[in-house]
Amino acid sequence: MAGPTDPQGRRPVVVVDDLHVEYRVLATGKRAKAGEARGGLLHRGRTTRTVHALRGVSFTAYEGDSVGVIGANGSGKSTLMRAIVGLTPATRGTVQAAGRPSLLGVGAALVKELSGSRNIILGGLALGFTREEIEARHDDIVAFAGLEEFIDLPMRTYSSGMTARLKFAIATARNHDILIVDEALAVGDKGFRAKSEGRIREIRDDAGTVFLVSHSMKSVRDTCSRTVWIERGRLVMDGPTDEVVTAYEAR
Amino acid sequence: MVTTEPDAIAPAARPGLVPLTLVGGRPPLGTYLRQVWQRRSFIYALARFRIEAENHQNRLGMAWVVLKPLLNAGLYGTIFGVLMASGRPPHFVEFLVIGVFLFEFFATSFTSGAKSITTNTALVQSLAFPRMALPIAVVLQRLLQFVPMLAIMVVVVAAFGHPIGPEWLLLVPLTVLFFAFNTGLALIAARLTVHVRDLNNLLPFITRITFYTTGIFFSIEQRFADDPLVLRIASFVPLHEFLTLARGVLLDDPVFEAPPEFWLYASVWSIGVLVVGIVFFWAAEERYGRTD
Repeated sequence: MAGPTDPQGRRPVVVVDDLHVEYRVLATGKRAKAGEARGGLLHRGRTTRTVHALRGVSFTAYEGDSVGVIGANGSGKSTLMRAIVGLTPATRGTVQAAGRPSLLGVGAALVKELSGSRNIILGGLALGFTREEIEARHDDIVAFAGLEEFIDLPMRTYSSGMTARLKFAIATARNHDILIVDEALAVGDKGFRAKSEGRIREIRDDAGTVFLVSHSMKSVRDTCSRTVWIERGRLVMDGPTDEVVTAYEAR
Repeated sequence: MVTTEPDAIAPAARPGLVPLTLVGGRPPLGTYLRQVWQRRSFIYALARFRIEAENHQNRLGMAWVVLKPLLNAGLYGTIFGVLMASGRPPHFVEFLVIGVFLFEFFATSFTSGAKSITTNTALVQSLAFPRMALPIAVVLQRLLQFVPMLAIMVVVVAAFGHPIGPEWLLLVPLTVLFFAFNTGLALIAARLTVHVRDLNNLLPFITRITFYTTGIFFSIEQRFADDPLVLRIASFVPLHEFLTLARGVLLDDPVFEAPPEFWLYASVWSIGVLVVGIVFFWAAEERYGRTD
């Protein structure tokens, strides 16, 4: 098990320490009266409820780790990933990371009124490549995403699968990042899934760190050396993928 | 089960590896500005591509950049020039064109700068880069669109018989100052909009109030000639300073002679607002893209 000192002397890249995340959300409907907290004048009498999405999660990810993150819907996986990127503030506890991680989620295109090709250039420049570096990688990225025919069309015309493929291809054009892939692979077809899993292994072998949030146990087994199982905001198990996934499937 | 102890952060830092930092923190201002500078080609590409995309969607393309303010000037000229003919300043057409064109640069920078973070959530959430690049790119885009407008403006003014002189070159430092001012304002507005989304609804009102109060289509000096207090206040309004300076440079009429101290005031405003904007925007760097 990954303790404070890694046996291979690898460097910790993400350190999550007793992380709590609470959301205060506006509740509506009949059930909203349960556990309510009345707001003051400024809250216009709306009922808010506190959702305790993460309740004290701690773990350390090392360079070259590929960490599978599994758990039922609503268990707090996505909240944990968003907290690692800094998009969701910690209510208690801390998250430390070496560098600024990228989160690849399903969803909107980068700049949707621009063509895929323009998005590759912008994405690459935003990641810190020079214009020449990104031009040199351009064709590889297009080929990887399998978008040769569509690359000159605006991204607003892309399907969600095409968008996810292109975003994945852009973000992984750069190696030693901390990359968080949230379900994005599930959108791609079988061929792309195999390719992207291969890419994740490459990043990992190059001492990068990848988190893969997935409901596909096959994807997790194929790509992740280590797996974290989260349930109701708590860490249930953390260890070698084989052990954790087997336990998860037997629950 | 894993337990993380504080000493998990091994000191054995390998070269080329970034040290652990608290997520949700931000780099010191100097480092941050260096990161922004490293992204300059990103900023430029974003501005250029956006102009391209806007042009592709319209049949007349780039022409709209110039047509829109010209139509505006024509409309205001008709309304205010014909209906309120008595209070018209001399050289009304040139006066109005300069006012409307400069205002267009200001208003578009302010409005789209304010929205630059909130409308780019996807970009902010999926890629790691200094967020300041976004408002700067927006204002740069408006600057690139302002340059052809500037050319039209010069042509219009020359066509009305004002002699072209070397002092027209003063438009270059004026544009630089105006750009700095607009950038600072966009940075401030961009952060405020992230905190208070309601501001998006107020933006059109703010620009409209500015339009009616800064002497775009009427001359503040003429209207308030016997009210020194109003003139004194107006001399400290940055937009009024930019307009007066531009008219002073281009229009050949002693009425439009700009007070030389306006160069000082405009410079102080531009640099001041830019510095405040940079610090103010940077101070909430970790906040952009968050969904809480």
